[in-house]
Formats: sequence, structure tokens, C-alpha cells
Amino acid sequence: MRNLFRGGIHPDDNKLATAKKPIFEASIPAKLILPVRQHIGAPCSPVVKVGDLVKKGQVIADTQAFVSAPIHASSSGKVTEIANYPHPVFGTCQAIVIETDGQDEWLEGLPVERDWKSLENKEIVGMIRSAGIVGMGGATFPAHVKLSPPPDKPIDTLILNGSECEPYLTADHRVMLEMAEKIIDGMHISMKVLNVTKGVIGIEANKPDAIEHFQKLLVGSDIEVVGLPTKYPQGAEKNLIVALTGREVPSGGLPMEVGVVVENAGTAVAIADAVIRGLPLIERVTTVTGSCIASPQNLLLRVGTTFAEAVNICGGFKEEPAKVIMGGPMMGMAQQTLDAPIIKGTSGIVALSAKEIHDGEERPCIRCGRCVSACPMGLIPRDFSILGERKLYEQAKTECNLLDCVECGSCVFVCPAKRKIVQYVKLSKAQLAAAAKK
Amino acid sequence: MSSETKLASPSFLVSTSPHIRDNESIAHIMWHVNLALAPAALFSVYVFGLPALMTMVLCIAAAVVTEFLIQKWQGKLVTVSDGSAFLTGLLLAMNIPATLPWYMAIIGSVVAIGIAKHTMGGLGYNIFNPALIGRAFLLASWPIAMTKWPAVGAAVDGVSSATPLGILKMQGYGQLVESYGSQGDLYQSLFFGFRGGSAGETSVILLLLGGIYLIYRGYINWQVPVTMIGTVAIVSWVTGGDPLLNMMAGGLMLGAFFMATDMVTIPLTVKGQVIFALGAGLLVVLIRRVGGYPEGVCYAILLMNAVTPLIDRVVKPIKFGAGR
Repeated sequence: MRNLFRGGIHPDDNKLATAKKPIFEASIPAKLILPVRQHIGAPCSPVVKVGDLVKKGQVIADTQAFVSAPIHASSSGKVTEIANYPHPVFGTCQAIVIETDGQDEWLEGLPVERDWKSLENKEIVGMIRSAGIVGMGGATFPAHVKLSPPPDKPIDTLILNGSECEPYLTADHRVMLEMAEKIIDGMHISMKVLNVTKGVIGIEANKPDAIEHFQKLLVGSDIEVVGLPTKYPQGAEKNLIVALTGREVPSGGLPMEVGVVVENAGTAVAIADAVIRGLPLIERVTTVTGSCIASPQNLLLRVGTTFAEAVNICGGFKEEPAKVIMGGPMMGMAQQTLDAPIIKGTSGIVALSAKEIHDGEERPCIRCGRCVSACPMGLIPRDFSILGERKLYEQAKTECNLLDCVECGSCVFVCPAKRKIVQYVKLSKAQLAAAAKK
Repeated sequence: MSSETKLASPSFLVSTSPHIRDNESIAHIMWHVNLALAPAALFSVYVFGLPALMTMVLCIAAAVVTEFLIQKWQGKLVTVSDGSAFLTGLLLAMNIPATLPWYMAIIGSVVAIGIAKHTMGGLGYNIFNPALIGRAFLLASWPIAMTKWPAVGAAVDGVSSATPLGILKMQGYGQLVESYGSQGDLYQSLFFGFRGGSAGETSVILLLLGGIYLIYRGYINWQVPVTMIGTVAIVSWVTGGDPLLNMMAGGLMLGAFFMATDMVTIPLTVKGQVIFALGAGLLVVLIRRVGGYPEGVCYAILLMNAVTPLIDRVVKPIKFGAGR
């Protein structure tokens, strides 16, 4: 166990329903909906038109911007529509709809076999970009950008984030158990590109099988496995880095400031597939769970599969959920409809009953200090809700370090007055951004 | 909610993360504090008889009714069921002589809730501990009645006695030890609570038990009572007093565990709370030693309440990434 970060909370992890269930490869849906925005950064534009026949792995949307990643057809078929569709993050978004032909035929030349060790770093980064790889933990930051740090920021450690601290989610856990070799390959490729010799895999103690599995595979390796205390938000990049290296990313800075790059387990797998076999990112493991799902599972899904389809594969709802979330319940996005598709960052679909999301009416803050103790960033979260309520956004920024808030939700989780602190933080940040634009 | 519906035009709740919360609530916390006070409160009924029970019922009823009426009058949400007004009433009753005339007990509660709590905006906005404001008001208004303590087991007969700190102040340490027999007897009486004093402050053991329960539940930080009581003990000892006597006599146990820990009126951070407790401990000794009044806990905490916003302004957690 490594030094804990300050603060944090201990919600029930609720991972039992799916932790022991092997990844189930879902069949290809009749219709794939592929939004042109699937990552942080510049959105793509379609490079196919209605009526085009596409093959699995063919680029269908791209852009020239650096912070971006192309989007590929996740099965073969015909482009039947390019139109606005529900999007799990942005509400609606332009999407390319493919009616699949059931052949699931690869684009010509795919897959390939490559000896990656003989490749130039530049080539490798190019392959990672071409494969459309983005961070698969949920933040969806393009992977090739992370692997191209500026020369004045020397990197010495690659961290694999295997903590999966969000309750309910087990996708990374299963990936670590079933695709550990690919993860290690992906890490070695990333380490070569970054020119670092030290790799660390951080895994929360509630996944002892994954820790043990890696320990066996990595005997005598340059990659170390470290068990971490089970505490939310252990997987938050900055807290993970402190736990594993003792280094604190400066306020407002990125991990590269302290010589670290952090990668998600699924991302490492995608990197291995792209560089060694030439495969683009067209599928991912998603945990479909929550008390309302009939038979919760870890599904290997094609990007573009609708939530409805994924839920159906898991037997549908046994009870009408009050809330459906993309991602985990601490930081995930509440969904309005099941018509939205799985995107590259969809780590989970969690359907919760009214009982599980009990909210309670917002009351005045009683200054109990529980949010202060829970905050992993050393902030005073109550101030954000008080100042937000009074519309004093500027004061929240200058006096209370609003911009250091990572919106992990620990404060809201413990607040006995049920104050909607994260909501006020988002509102205040948005208002400040809007004011800055004027 | 029907369990038959399968994917039939779902309309889900959409709101910001996080989507789960723990089971804690204001009412839950407040009622647990009331529960933690219960042993010491019941013990006071055993020691001081029915008048103690009467005073308690009156204080609690007056506090709850005052809060209800004010919230109704202001058109606010009525929150008397959250247990905070009940707690104020109970704490006030435990902080005054069991035989205080009934109308004074009621007035104390009305002042506590009406002035100390609701003129400031209600729960969460008050700067001073309401129960202590109620007590300070009563002491200023009826000083004689407020310092007339019933003798143990004799409340019904109206026989009054001095508190240990009162005897210490007026007659000296030798006389105090003599009045209890020996030093051992004195400590024993203080520890178990068979001595004069405000209704609920006498039993050190029961207040300790309640306090430890609150620490165990995570509702108060152990640093607060430990710092406050420790400061009183050390400073009394250094200045030539009896540390054990000073720890156990007067309202220190009640104050340190149940009022210096009142989350609404103390600093937010543990560091700030330690400063608060340190200041309160120093003030207790100062008032007891130098002041004309043998007690000091009530004013010590109220004075530190006044400094709390300042402490909060100065003592902030070190934010992540700012260097430790």
C-alpha cells in the first residue's frame, strides 16, 4: 500500500454483480450510430456520404486538428444516414449511421502483424493517432497527444491506472484479468515512445486477483504492480500520481509537469492492438449494471451500439430505473434516453433505482466540515455552493480556488444538508467562461 | 413504478453527478447528538429529581415551539423535526440549575432559538451556540437564581449547595477537599456526578461515554475535546492548580464534548478547531482564576465562537498542488 492522498470517501463499491463475469462479446447490432464527437478536442467531420459502403476499420470521420482522433466504421455495411442523434455527453450530435451487413468484414489489409520494436517512435505515434485512440477511462483525451509531450517536459514514469475507483464499474477489472498481456504490450509501446524505463500499474485493493495476476506476469520486468487502498477517488489522475510517486501535480498543471503520463487499462489494450496488429479503436468493454438491470454483465461492444441494445443484451430492465448513467455513479453523465450510442469513453451503463439515488431536499449548510475532510484537492467545497448560490463566481475563483475542483463529487456524497455542490461548481465555471468570452 | 415496463419510452431523471450519496442527514446527526446526551440527562433526573425533568421538558418544548412559530411566521420550511431545536432546548436545560423557576427556563429557550438562532437566519447561519446564548442571557438577567444549585438528592426540599468550583473560589482548596471528605472522595464524586452544578454537567463518566460515541460516529473530531480539556488541565497545573479537579469540575466536560464541537459555530477545518479549542481552554482557566465568577466554560466558548469567522479566514487547508 502506498501513501494515501488526503480526503476521499468510501462508498459501497457494488461491484459484486459483475466482477466475476467474463467479458461477453456482444453480437453486432443491425444499426450503428457513430457520433462525430467522441473525444475532448476538435470534433471530426464525416468523410463518407449517405449510400457509401464501408468496411470494418474504415475511417468515416476525421479532422486535421492535432488534439483529435479519427472515427472508424465499427462493422461493415452501408451508410444510411448522416443526421443529428442523441449523444451521451452533448445531448445531440451529428452522427453517421451504418446499417450493418452482418459480414463484419475488415478493411483490406487489416489486421496486420508488426514487429513494433523495430518501428520509429514517430511511426508509432502516427499509428496510434490513425487508430483513433482516446483515453478510455471516460475523459477521452486523444492518446497520441499524451504520448507527444513537449521536449521541455521530460517524462520518467508511465502509470497504468487500474484503480477503477468508481462504484459499480468492473470493465477495467475484467480487461486487466483477461487482456493483461495486451496491457503490458501497450505499456511497453508507450514507454518506448515516451523514452521512459519505469512503468507502474496501480490497482485498488478490492481487485486482489488482478494485482496477483500482474505480479505473476511481471516477475523481473521493468513494470511494477502496486496495490492501492480502496478509496474514492483513487483513480483521479492527480491523486493516483501522489499515491504512486509521492509527487504532487502543481495546481492547474498536467501530470507531465511532474514527469508522469497516466494511461487507462483499456487504452493500453487499444494501443497494443493498433501498433502490433494495425487495428483501429472500434470496440470497448463496458459494464452494464445497476440494480435495475436484469442480468448485469461486462460487454465487449462495438462503438455505436445504442444503450438500448446493450441493456437488452443484459436482459433488459427488471425494474424501471429512475436514472441511467454513462460511466460510474460518482462522475458519470445522467442519460435522458437509451437511444444514445456507446462512444469510445463509455466505461459503463449504470441503471439505478429511485432508492439508490435518494437525493433529499437541499438545506442550508450546517458547516459540519465533512466536505472539507472529503475533498481530495484540499479545498473547502461548501464555499462553492454558498458563493454559487449568491452568484459570486469571481470570488469563488480568486478566493476559494474554484478552478482546482475536479468535480469528483466526494463532497456531495458526504453532505448531510444534501447541497448540490458540484452543480454549483459546474455553474460557476460555466458562468466564468461565458464572462471571459465577452 | 411498475416492474413490468421494459424499455417503454423511458424518461429518466437527469441531474449532475454524483448520482449516489451516503445516508447521513442533518436530522440523523442532530438526533444522534441528542441520543449521546441522553445518559447524562437521565442521570440528572436521578440525582436532582423531578425538577430536573420538568426543566428539561419545558426547555425542549419552548425551543421547539419557538422554532415552529418563527418558521411559520416567516413562511419558511418548518424544520423542527430535524432535532436541532430539541438539541438546543436539551443543552440549555443541562446548562442551568435543575430548580430554576419555570418561566426563566422558558425565556432562556425562547432567547436561544428566537434571538441566537433565527435572527441570524436559522440553522447553519448562527454565529453563537444558541444554548450558550440562552444561558448567558439567563445568567445576566437572574444571576442569583442561576447560581443557586440544588444539593444532590435534595432538590425537592429546596436545599441548595455550592458547586465544587464555587467552594474553591470562595473558601479555598483545603475547604473543598474537606467538604468531600478526602481528595479521593472529591475526584470520585466529580467522576460519577454526585455533586452540585448545572443539571446535566455533573457526571463526567456519562458525558465521556456520550462524547466517545459521537467521535466513533464521526460527528465530532476528537481533537476538539482533547485539546480543550488538555489545555485546561495543563494550564491549571502549570499555574499551581489541581488539574484533575479543573478537568472534571464545572461544565468543562459538557462544554468540550457537546458545545465546543457544535459544528455550526466552530471553524471548518480540524486545524482551525484545534486553535478554537486551545483558545477556549485558555479562556476557561483565565475566567476561573481571574474572573469574579467560578465558572468559565460558557463564556470561553461564546468568545471563541466570535473569533471563528476569523480563524476560518486565516486557517485554510493547503490545496492540492500548492506544495506541502
